[in-house]
Amino acid sequence: MPEIGARPRVPAWRLRLLRSVRAFFTPLLPDDYLELINPLWTTRELRGRIERIERETPDAATVWIRPGWEWPGHEPGQYLRVGIVVDGIHHWRAYSLTSEPDRADGWIAITPKLVEAGKVSPFLVRDARPGSIVRLGGVEGAFVLPRALPDRLLFVSAGSGITPIMSMLRSLRAADALDDVVLLHSARTPHEVIFGAELRELAVRHPGFRLHEQHTGHRGRLAPEDLERLCPDWREREAFLSGPADMLDAMAAYWEREGDRPRLHMERFQPVIGLPDAPHGEGGDIDLSVAGVRAVSDGTTPILVAGEQAGATLPYGCRMGICHTCVGRLCSGQVRDLRTGKVSGLPGEMVRTCINAPEGDIEIAL
Amino acid sequence: MATMTDSPLARLSPEQLDAFGRELDAIHDEIFEDLGDRDRRYITSMVEMHRRLVVIGRVLLVAARYKPAWVAGTSLLSLGKILENMEIGHNVMHGQWDWMNDPQINSSNWDWDAASTAEAWKYAHNYIHHTYTNILGKDRDLGYEIMRIDPDQTWNPVYLLQPAYNVLLAAVFEWGVAMHDLDLGAIRRGEKSKAAAWHELKGMGRKARRQIVKDYVAFPALSGRRGFKSTLTANLTANVIRNVWAYMIIFCGHFPDQTYTFTEAEAEGESRGAFYVRQLLGSANIEGSALFHVLSGNLGHQVEHHLFPDMPSTRYAEIAPRVKDLCERYELPYNTGPLFKQLSTVQRTILRLAFPGGSRRPKPGPYHAGHGSSAPSIGAPSTVPDPGPTGPNGSGPEQPTDGVRVTIPPRD
Repeated sequence: MPEIGARPRVPAWRLRLLRSVRAFFTPLLPDDYLELINPLWTTRELRGRIERIERETPDAATVWIRPGWEWPGHEPGQYLRVGIVVDGIHHWRAYSLTSEPDRADGWIAITPKLVEAGKVSPFLVRDARPGSIVRLGGVEGAFVLPRALPDRLLFVSAGSGITPIMSMLRSLRAADALDDVVLLHSARTPHEVIFGAELRELAVRHPGFRLHEQHTGHRGRLAPEDLERLCPDWREREAFLSGPADMLDAMAAYWEREGDRPRLHMERFQPVIGLPDAPHGEGGDIDLSVAGVRAVSDGTTPILVAGEQAGATLPYGCRMGICHTCVGRLCSGQVRDLRTGKVSGLPGEMVRTCINAPEGDIEIAL
Repeated sequence: MATMTDSPLARLSPEQLDAFGRELDAIHDEIFEDLGDRDRRYITSMVEMHRRLVVIGRVLLVAARYKPAWVAGTSLLSLGKILENMEIGHNVMHGQWDWMNDPQINSSNWDWDAASTAEAWKYAHNYIHHTYTNILGKDRDLGYEIMRIDPDQTWNPVYLLQPAYNVLLAAVFEWGVAMHDLDLGAIRRGEKSKAAAWHELKGMGRKARRQIVKDYVAFPALSGRRGFKSTLTANLTANVIRNVWAYMIIFCGHFPDQTYTFTEAEAEGESRGAFYVRQLLGSANIEGSALFHVLSGNLGHQVEHHLFPDMPSTRYAEIAPRVKDLCERYELPYNTGPLFKQLSTVQRTILRLAFPGGSRRPKPGPYHAGHGSSAPSIGAPSTVPDPGPTGPNGSGPEQPTDGVRVTIPPRD
């Protein structure tokens, strides 16, 4: 089944009312008719209406969305899967939420950066207009501000890596908690700093917020060693990093060597499965009973990938464990979650094939 | 059973069949490359149109005890049900729109306003019928196991009644299809487990109850005590009109005189090209206006539909000239005719084959542009060009990944 938006929070009376008239609409649902009047009214999935688009830089824009139903909230730093139709086809992408969680108007924002060869970002950055309807999927991500706010914070970001951090800064601002916060942000030119104006204004208004912009086109990249100069007390700060992989790797190594590694939090925009140090088992044979295919996994290869390598055409969506498009019913055996290393599996359980590897031989209806 | 030595399938060499298959694959790939907004707009507008027709029809039928409201409401509801079954339900459940990745318009979770459950119908139709099309003893849709539609089917006395239950079947077609999809015979033959049969039976029971409650209890009740009966007869009429229409279109798909049937031996180990040829020979088109094609779910393009069951129906008319051109070059027939002609040959067969005996009707010869299929040219030296070693290739047509499973021979 293709990926669908998140289940919206609908008042119980409304769901009861819709259920009570289902007999008139079967095999369709009352929703199928209601959404012809307003596509946001469906209770089957959460949709949103684009209300405003703000150009941040020549190739990034903030898209403000009003969810059709009450926004269930998010932790600052999390990302949201957004589904849009481009040339007739639904595409889903994950974008960091850049808005703070509990806005009075209930709106949410994402700030996509244009990827020229992509499908979704060109639509959102160039073609989307207020009034466009988008599908809103699951909110995920462990790169979040701790509930108990640390006394001193350090953010390091580069390029569009600022997006999850912006949500954190905005929610700190809303909580009036910008007491001792440092942001070291890199972009090629001042012109290309996403949220440049807002960040600079924040720095002027809040003495507790210090902003350093590293314009790499002019001054070169930010090296880990620069930390001593730009933020001498970096070792005592809870640090949040978001940016390209090589920056994260260099910084992580530096923290490991010179600082306190557990205080470093990083956002990697890659699926977090199959990391070399993640616990994994021995794998096993996979019997894809509906597709009629047998596959083998070495214990680090997800069921989905093993099945595809064996020649099966299998359903998939995000390939990172979020969207549940790829689920199959486990008939026998156990699986290991490649993100957490946790082993589970009861007969009849629905398992996500993109993030689970077989733990011993399994049979899965897929 | 006699083998058909005159079958055009036997006339083409394996190389010619391969070349024929490659040319069709190329058409398929070209169309799938081109699918986009235009196609999406078409199917979403059809879905909206169906819902509008049904809403207006149902609202009018609240006042069904007034004659004009009864007539107008019944007409709109019939039209809505026809559109929903033919152009939307059948085609969506074929996976024709799965490429859109739309969570609603998708073969894995679509259900239609008909007695069959989506699950049972997809198996019986998409898999059994579309894979074993017109193979005697394998294609359960050949006479639906209750009619003798081909002289090679053994006669038995029950068939004497077929002219009568033929008419009955047309009126209750959706229920006939539901019974057919259940395939109770498979349990007797030990091909289906009791548990599987029970699962299907429960599904059918649930679906039937909901369909009956909707059309014969819930909506009539909305019309109040005095309007109950009028609304009920209106809904019944709409269902019968839809049933008769579906019966007509579907019986004209494979039973007109022009179509060939095949023995299991003929289809044994067939190549991809031979699969295409069998689909071509086993199906027949119906000529008609654009409106006719919409209301028949584009099954007037049965030939194109059987070549590419997963291609959006909007594209059948577009590829028809290219399929005809292929038929002409490979000296194959292109079965087609107006509705009245196709339907009357079907009815003649049903009447004739109720009695023992009967012979195969003459088949059209190869298609020629301008004057359709000419007289049979059996024995004439083949002028079909020998294919060179080159030809378009690439990956197979997009196979639906969920809900629909049609197995066709893979490409080399």
